[in-house]
Amino acid sequence: MALHLFYFFVFPGLLFAAVAGGFLSWFDRKITAWVQFRRGPVLLQPFYDVMKLLLVKETIVPASGSVATFLSAPVLGMSGAAISAVLVILPAFGITSGFRGDIIVIFYLLTIPSLSYIIGALASSNPLAAVGASREIKLLIGFELTLLLIFAAVILKSQMSISLYSIIAFQQESGALIGSIPGVLLFIALVFCIQAKLGLVPFDIAEAETELSEGAFIEFSGPPYAMIKVTKYMMLLVMPVLAGALLLGGLSFSGLSALWSVLKILGVVLLLTLIRNTNPRVKVGQAMRFFFLWMNALVIVAIVLIYFGL
Amino acid sequence: MSEKKIIPVGPYHPLQEEPELFKLYCEGEIVRDIKWETGYNHRGIEKLSEQKTFDQVFFLVERICGICSTSHPFAFANAMEEIAEIEVPDRAKYIRTIIAELERLHSHLLWVGLAGHFLGYNTVFMWAWKYREPVLDLFEMITGNRNSYAMFKIGGVRRDITSAQIKEIEKVMQTVKRKTGLLAGAVMDDPVIHARTRGVGVLTKQDIVDYAAVGPTARASGVDIDIRRDDPYAAYGLVNWKVITAEAGDVFAKAEVRLLEMYESISIIEQCLEKMKKENEGNTEVRVREIPEGVGSGRAEAPRGEVFHFVVTDGSNSPVRHKIRAPSYVNIATFKKACVGQTIADATISLAAVDPCYCCTERMAVAYDFKSREKIHNGYDLLRISQEKTEKIRIIKQ
Repeated sequence: MALHLFYFFVFPGLLFAAVAGGFLSWFDRKITAWVQFRRGPVLLQPFYDVMKLLLVKETIVPASGSVATFLSAPVLGMSGAAISAVLVILPAFGITSGFRGDIIVIFYLLTIPSLSYIIGALASSNPLAAVGASREIKLLIGFELTLLLIFAAVILKSQMSISLYSIIAFQQESGALIGSIPGVLLFIALVFCIQAKLGLVPFDIAEAETELSEGAFIEFSGPPYAMIKVTKYMMLLVMPVLAGALLLGGLSFSGLSALWSVLKILGVVLLLTLIRNTNPRVKVGQAMRFFFLWMNALVIVAIVLIYFGL
Repeated sequence: MSEKKIIPVGPYHPLQEEPELFKLYCEGEIVRDIKWETGYNHRGIEKLSEQKTFDQVFFLVERICGICSTSHPFAFANAMEEIAEIEVPDRAKYIRTIIAELERLHSHLLWVGLAGHFLGYNTVFMWAWKYREPVLDLFEMITGNRNSYAMFKIGGVRRDITSAQIKEIEKVMQTVKRKTGLLAGAVMDDPVIHARTRGVGVLTKQDIVDYAAVGPTARASGVDIDIRRDDPYAAYGLVNWKVITAEAGDVFAKAEVRLLEMYESISIIEQCLEKMKKENEGNTEVRVREIPEGVGSGRAEAPRGEVFHFVVTDGSNSPVRHKIRAPSYVNIATFKKACVGQTIADATISLAAVDPCYCCTERMAVAYDFKSREKIHNGYDLLRISQEKTEKIRIIKQ
């Protein structure tokens, strides 16, 4: 029990994921700044941001709307992100714990942060937040199917192993999945899914600063907004680690391979950052068409290739 | 869903930095109707102008708009010179043209950056503004200011451009041309930008005529109007250039027109500099002693369209009546055509596509009581309240 609490709150859950995700967020912002001829933030800036929201800023609650739901949504999102961090990061680093969650559970847990954004936005009874929430729902419908198909393809490829441990074990025996043609196709689709999951340009449709002034998050302030920020940091760690575990052959903490693992995660984040800096925001209809038509087709091609043993 | 929901854009909104309010009446994400309110910052420029001397009015009208701060003095100078029947020296004409075209360059670069930002493409935003910086540095070199240059006076310009400065301007123009090409390539060839801007916010030729829109907004819909060619002033009749038009009328066409206009501006500046080298240095003004009684109108093509100034004088040293029409005031009326029937995402970029400048649109403000919706203050009331408050402060001070 104590160990599980440790997993959830300290490593690799809440604390570790938030700190590591904060540094990844700094990495993302620094690269963005370099691309845009700016100097960029100092190393601790993501944490200053959170501390300011936690300690200095007051919590403003909308006059109309459900206060309890509004305030509990960020807590829900943060716990969802923390528990998915535990279930993704532990197997990815090869640490055995009591619970061996399979990737179907992970798929559902990863949806919780998005759901919490929607719940919080709808509870705030702000028209801009309502539009943001409806966009987030549409986006979710768009990319979740692709993500599920990617999981199915990975399961198929790794000889029907359904837990993250055995998928990694399979890859360590017979090479990382990205080494094959379907693996590359799956990786492309997965990167776009992560982009949508993290709400980065071109899929920052739910926030859309210049259209909806942060849309779903418009009413959040102070500590609740700090929680949303922490949730985003954690997701910025969890999704690249998941990509590493599913397709890049897993991660490891021992010796030189620890460096290699960090490079894998940074590489995925770098890819996300570059995509978000070289594209404008798309419309929600365009995003849905992109996932339904092109990304699903891509993954289905990959599945067919896997079926025929490529 | 038949109930229409109001999505407010403004008065404080990241889309536009200036105070304005657009109410988008939406069904789901589709904009069914649009209403707008401007006038949050009415300053009474026309009235102020009647209390200033002609020399002071230049500084006043320069402050109508921060971005196109030369087009208003330009139009005012044209109006005054029509009244006084002054022929400006050629060198002054070239300098005026160079300043106006440099302004168009920096204004269009600013818009390209902002349009990128509105689409969530912040890299374009930062790059365009970086490339705009040398142009502002040129302004600082020539006039001492990055904005609000105070270059114009009746009968000429206040400062000359020396031959050393001409060399520097030519050098910077080469860089700007190269960088603009880079930027234009990145914007015009990006398939995602095409997907976001083609067929969005379309204004037909008839819409432009109906709403009397001007400038790049009109030219992007195939309406071939440009004051610089239709009613040549300063040196525009003395150099070779062409008016850029496009047919599509969508956001992409507006971007295209602005990007290509920047090349024309660079070409005009280079030709003016070439011709200036043959002129005598220092011959930049004619002395004006008296402004006779009369009526004059002046026009200038600002980056956003036609600026119109109408001045009545009575032989004294200040205008009796000064009427100003700024381009954004007519251009934002086209939103009714451009935005209705689009999604919110398309409507916001359509709002930005005419490059609206809200300080150009400020008109009289009327305050309503929030609950009873009764009119409580008009402009004169607000003025009276403000004066009463000043009196109160005075009494306390004594």
